[in-house]
This record gives sequence, C-alpha cells and structure tokens, in this order.
Amino acid sequence: MSKKVEQTPTFEDSAKAYLDNTQLRRNIGHATHTIRDKRKDVVDELPDWEALREAGDAIKTQTMRHLDKYLLQLEESIQEAGGQVHWARDAEEANQIITGLVKDKKVNEAVKVKSITTDEIGLNKALAEEGIQALETDLAELIVQLAGDEPSHILVPAIHKNRAEIRELFKEKLNKNELSDRPEDLAEAARLYLRKKFLNAKVGISGANFAVAETGTVAVVESEGNGRMCTTLPDTLITVMGIEKVIPRWRDFEVFMQLLPRSSTAERMNPYNSFWTGVTEGDGPQEFHIVLLDNGRTKVLADEMGRQTLNCIRCSACLNVCPVYERTGGHAYNSVYPGPIGAILTPQLKGLEDEGVASLPYASSLCGACYEVCPVKINIPEVLVHLRGKIVDEKKRNGGLKSKFEPEHIGMKLLSRAFANSKRYERAQKIARSGQKLFTDEGVISKLPGYLSKWTNTRDLKAIPDQTFREWWRQRNE
Amino acid sequence: MNEAKQEILSRIEVALKDVPKTDQKPDIYSQQDYRRQGDRSADEIVDLFVERVAEYKATVKRIDESELQQVMDASFAVQEVKNLIVPPGFPNDWLPDTIHPQHDNPESPLSHDELDQSDGVVTTCALAVAQTGTIILDAGTGQGRRALTLLPDYHLCIVRADQIVELVPEGFARFEESIKNEGPPITFISGPSATSDIELSRVEGVHGPRRLEVLVLNNK
Repeated sequence: MSKKVEQTPTFEDSAKAYLDNTQLRRNIGHATHTIRDKRKDVVDELPDWEALREAGDAIKTQTMRHLDKYLLQLEESIQEAGGQVHWARDAEEANQIITGLVKDKKVNEAVKVKSITTDEIGLNKALAEEGIQALETDLAELIVQLAGDEPSHILVPAIHKNRAEIRELFKEKLNKNELSDRPEDLAEAARLYLRKKFLNAKVGISGANFAVAETGTVAVVESEGNGRMCTTLPDTLITVMGIEKVIPRWRDFEVFMQLLPRSSTAERMNPYNSFWTGVTEGDGPQEFHIVLLDNGRTKVLADEMGRQTLNCIRCSACLNVCPVYERTGGHAYNSVYPGPIGAILTPQLKGLEDEGVASLPYASSLCGACYEVCPVKINIPEVLVHLRGKIVDEKKRNGGLKSKFEPEHIGMKLLSRAFANSKRYERAQKIARSGQKLFTDEGVISKLPGYLSKWTNTRDLKAIPDQTFREWWRQRNE
Repeated sequence: MNEAKQEILSRIEVALKDVPKTDQKPDIYSQQDYRRQGDRSADEIVDLFVERVAEYKATVKRIDESELQQVMDASFAVQEVKNLIVPPGFPNDWLPDTIHPQHDNPESPLSHDELDQSDGVVTTCALAVAQTGTIILDAGTGQGRRALTLLPDYHLCIVRADQIVELVPEGFARFEESIKNEGPPITFISGPSATSDIELSRVEGVHGPRRLEVLVLNNK
C-alpha cells in the first residue's frame, strides 16, 4: 500500500456524476430489479430459510470469536494435505509472496479466477510491475480488464456496461472484425480467446469462498467454468484468502451452500462448485499455495459491534435491494467493496481518517432492506449508525474550535437543550411555528434558507401543525 | 514461527479480548432446526431431480439400464460425438459400438489438448441432489480426474436412481468421511456452464461443457 495518504473523493461528490448518467442508471436499475425478483422466488421456496440464516449467522459468529484457533487448525490441515500456507499482514506482503511464487515458476502469465480480495490488494498491478500479466478469466472481469475499467458490482462486475459497449470493446481488443451484440456470440468470443490461455497456463491464481479448518478443503463457487479451469489445469495454484473466510467444519457447507447461491445468483445452485483438499496425485495442480491475508481484518475484529461485518460471504444481495446502490451504481463508492456491505466494510478496513472513506456510512437511507436479505444476518444499518457515531466523535475530538462552531454542531447542541426540558421544548415549538410561516405552503416546507436548505434541497419537510396534542388536551379541559 | 503469522495471531488475540477464555463453542447443530433430511418417497425424489436438472437447460432422461446403450447411441448421433473420452472404471459394455472411445488412465493420461479436441465425455457420478438438480463427482471409479469433465464441450453423466438424495445437507453428509480421510477433489455440477455477465441475460455455456446430458437409470 502507498505510504502517501491520498484522499478518496467523497461518496456524495462521486455519486453526482453517476446520477447524471442515464444509461448507467438504466443498466443498473434493470440488473438489480431482475436479480432481486429472482432471488425472492428461490428464497421463498425454502420453508427453512430463516433457520438457515440463523445457522449461517451462528457459525460465522462463533468462528470469529475463535478465529486464531481455526486459522491454526486450517494451516495444519492444508499442510497435511500437501499444500503450503503463507501469512500476509497487509497487501504489500501478500503481493510480495505471490509475485515471488510466480517468478519462481519462470512464467510471465498467470490465469486468474475472479477474486475481490486480489482486487483489494491490487495484485494485478503488483504482478505487472514484475512483468507478469494476470489474465482475468471471468467474463465480466475480462470485460472490465480489457476496458481498463473498475468492477462495479460484487457478482456481476461489468453490470454498468451494455451489450453494444461490450461488442465494441471485444472488436477492438480481441481483434474481431465481425461480431454481433448477442450475449451468446460475445460469450463465444471470450471462450475462444481464453481457451488457448487455459491450455497453456502454468500458474493459476484464485480467491476462496470458504476454507474448512477441520479438513483443509478450499471452495470456489462459480458459473462459467473458468474457476474450474484455473484451479484444475495449471501445475501450480495460488489461492488468496481473507482470514475471515475460514469455516470450522466440512458440514458447515450444508448451510452456506444453500444460503450463498440463492442470495447471490438467485439460483438453487450455481453451475459449478469446486472443493479441493491440498493436492491430489494425478489430478489437478501438484503444487498448492494459500495466502492468508489480514490487511485490516483484525481491526474490524477488534470492534465488537463492527465484527459482524466479517461474517459476509460476498453474495451481493444487499447491493441488489439497496435504493442508493440502485441509483448510483458501484463506482460511486470508490472501493472494491460497493453497496451497503462496502459502506461498512471499507471504512473499517481502511480507517476513518480519509474523508472519502468516512463519507461511506452516510451512503444509506437506513431503510434496512440490506439486513432483511442478508443470508448471514449482518445488521448493516446498526453498523452504519455505529460508524456514523464514531465519525462524529472523531470530529469532536480532533476538530478543535472550528468544528465547535460548525452549524450542525451548534444546531445539535441547541436541540439537545430543547429536548431536555418540557418548558423549553414547548417554547421552541412556538418559536418554530411562527418562524415557519414564511416558508410554509399548504402544510409543506420545500425551501429553507441558508444552512437548513441542505435538508430541503432533497426532500420536503412537513410543517409543524398549528396545535400540538398537549395544547389541544389543555384546551379541552378548560 | 514466521513473523507475519505471529503478528496476525497476536492481533487477533488483542482484538478478541472481550471473548472470555471459558467461552464454549456452542453446538450449532443441535441448536439449529433447518431441514437435514427430506421427506419425499424414492420415486418422488427422482421426479424432483429430473425436473430440476431440466430447469437448468440440461437434457435429462429417465431410462432402464437395458435401454442405455441404445439411448447413448442416439444421443451421440444427435450431438455428433465420435471421439469420446472414457474415464477409468467406466463399464465398457455400456458403450455403443459406433463411437471411438479414448480411455484415460493414470499410467498414460490424455493430454489437455487431446481432451480439448475430443467431442465429449461420458461419466458416472458419486451422488446427486434432487432439491437443486446437482450431480456430484468425487473423481472416483467411472468419473476420472477433474479435467476430463471440464475440457470436452459435451458431458453425458449417468446417475443411478438410488444415488439421488433429496436435500443439500444429505449430500454433504455423504462425503464427510472421505473428505476427512482421502480428501478427494469434489465437484458439484448444476446444469451446463453459464454466465449472466452481459446485461444479466443468461447464456448457457462459457468455459465448461456447454451441453450437459443426464441419464437417470431406474432401479432394477
């Protein structure tokens, strides 16, 4: 990671540009609504969905509370099965380990399965600096890589691009003169391009959806078959995994392999799940490395309230139901983890010092839809509010005189005085009632002056009624 | 101990200082009441499996073992399969005479290019799950190593009716022992390879076999 602190743009600023892009809003709106409806159908068909969510939550929560023990057990199991385990404190260390392993094999190309963790550590760039090309093999990741773009969704990273845009990209980058914009033809073009690469690949790089402490089994869940290619055909396989992805027992899959596909791709089961345990003679890679990555995860673990964020299985259901994500898309979050889960994960991984990162917990209306769909019951709104509290506390501590005179701070101080005493509260109501007359139209305030306009710029305010309940009650007794 | 490992473990220890040393790992399985065992009859389970596999746009047929050779012959003709990959242990008397079998075995494994240039592969399976229309391979007899069912564009899989369980947990339970002992690679296949990466419109077939055919053999 770069030592120089670069400030990320705030969510509010980034979102504005994306909100103006009607094509993008159409693409994202269509995608999120389609998958949202499909998810509901396959979830509703399970009578024990809530029990499965409870179990998923319980297993993950228990794992986090004993994370060190499970990691040590995982290490032992993988080594016993013929794999090699590496530990990386941060992105830089992980990249060094992986780059070193690839260089040892004297190759200048590696095939990759889609992995957000490798995006998080900037692995492709680190490899490129050493002259190694990391070839993305997931269709959407390939699109994003060829376009020199960034992923915008956890599950479908190229969701912001439509078929016409993809056709133009493939025509240029894959040297296709004739190509239709039918998804079948575009997928075929990618198949032909990547097939040669798979057959000659010496090194494969993957992420991991789960790894079982008890047996050392690693799982990759996917649809296209590129995951199977990368984890089966090369001689050497390198897997990068966040330390929170460990699960205790093989049997835990009976819960997660029901929760994940239905929440993620909205299928009963996604086309391919690969489970491998170390190396198997005569079948698949004969050399297997796994890199266990911290990179801020232990900071998340240290926050008792925020800890549940680590339970995430990266299904992306929360993105698809989020009214904010649906309108801005993933790029506005300026993070590899977009949407509601990103709004709580990114600030905890990176810290709240960066203004852009600290703006993420505010990228929510706190409607709670994300919590309702989360397959492991992460209470995202609760963590959002918790993080907002931390941000305000931070400001109060470090802001000095300037922040003491900030209108919001003064406003909150006054309000807390008014709310603390009933006489003062009633007096404040009276003042507000006469003060609002200038701005009220048919019981609605749609334009307030000065600092308060920040509120009414984006929503109407209901005017305070002419009489409160208490006033009416007193009158009635007279 | 390696420095990074030591530091990560001590960071975790500090982070978890709120967790009492006496914290017992709760027995998750006795507490949770999701379904672990289905309640359908054997025949209903097979029907459900056939229905769910078909929904993935795979071809699926329920046949008697005596019809097997003839059905395979017809399928291979339709799919234009001549050059067929056959894993070790696959019953030779099931194969129709019209194809050219290419046998893979540990002593002389077929190359990736040979697999790529074949017309298809035929295998048995280790288990199947009706609830999700999933076939499970564990690289055992009649299935072969993983690459065999990956590189050919057409996969015909033979499932015995008594190999089908109803629910996902029943499926995982069956492999608990072998995973702990031999640890074979396990692959779940639910329909042909697919993508929804372009405008979420589903395309059957990207890198794995684009055509999946499943033959369910009725119990004798």
